[in-house]
Amino acid sequence: MSIRVRYFASLKESIGRSEDSLELAGLVTVADVWRYANPNKALPDNSLAAVNMDYVELDGAVKDGDEVAFFPPVTGG
Amino acid sequence: MGIKICAEPFDPWQEIQSHQHSAKDMTGKFGATSIFIGTMRDFNEGDDIKGMTLEHYPGMTEKQLEKIVAEAVRQWPVIDALVVHRVGDILPNEPIVLVAVWTSHRSDAFNASRYIMEALKSRAPFWKKELLKSQAERWLVKNTDGYL
Repeated sequence: MSIRVRYFASLKESIGRSEDSLELAGLVTVADVWRYANPNKALPDNSLAAVNMDYVELDGAVKDGDEVAFFPPVTGG
Repeated sequence: MGIKICAEPFDPWQEIQSHQHSAKDMTGKFGATSIFIGTMRDFNEGDDIKGMTLEHYPGMTEKQLEKIVAEAVRQWPVIDALVVHRVGDILPNEPIVLVAVWTSHRSDAFNASRYIMEALKSRAPFWKKELLKSQAERWLVKNTDGYL
């Protein structure tokens, strides 16, 4: 299945990419997506994740065509 | 209800006026308008700040703001609400955020606008990067809890 992965703010800067396109097989979680995309870097503890622009936990399921995003705590307003 | 993301400076008073003029059906219905405007300071954490870049997640920002406003509407009898937020490069004294809520009575206006603003601070995907007078740049790490 095809997954689009997006990164924002300080997390984007620290990994040096704003997005990835992944081809994965089988059932995967949000945490799996991070591991496939960033095998040599742990997701920082305070990171937030979203699937299709809704907040999710890291054990949330991901399906074909989903957009998964990882980013630091938000600081707007 | 209105939600706007602005890449250019905006005038919050003008936004309130034009929103109120365009919402003719609420004429005579509202007795209270609660307004919050957040403006960029030229200092933070003991440092002089020259400017700021506000990054956001297009699409998710609007989706989360719509949810937050819908939650407020479920909890309080809101007649109308407007949320405007800047993105891009911002200078001190420029408005960053506007939350305006129109209701019949004041307590609902205060409560709903506070709810929208605090939920925006913790859930809307915006990120601030400050440019210090020293030319150093730094990402803000976390928003404080406004209810504390």
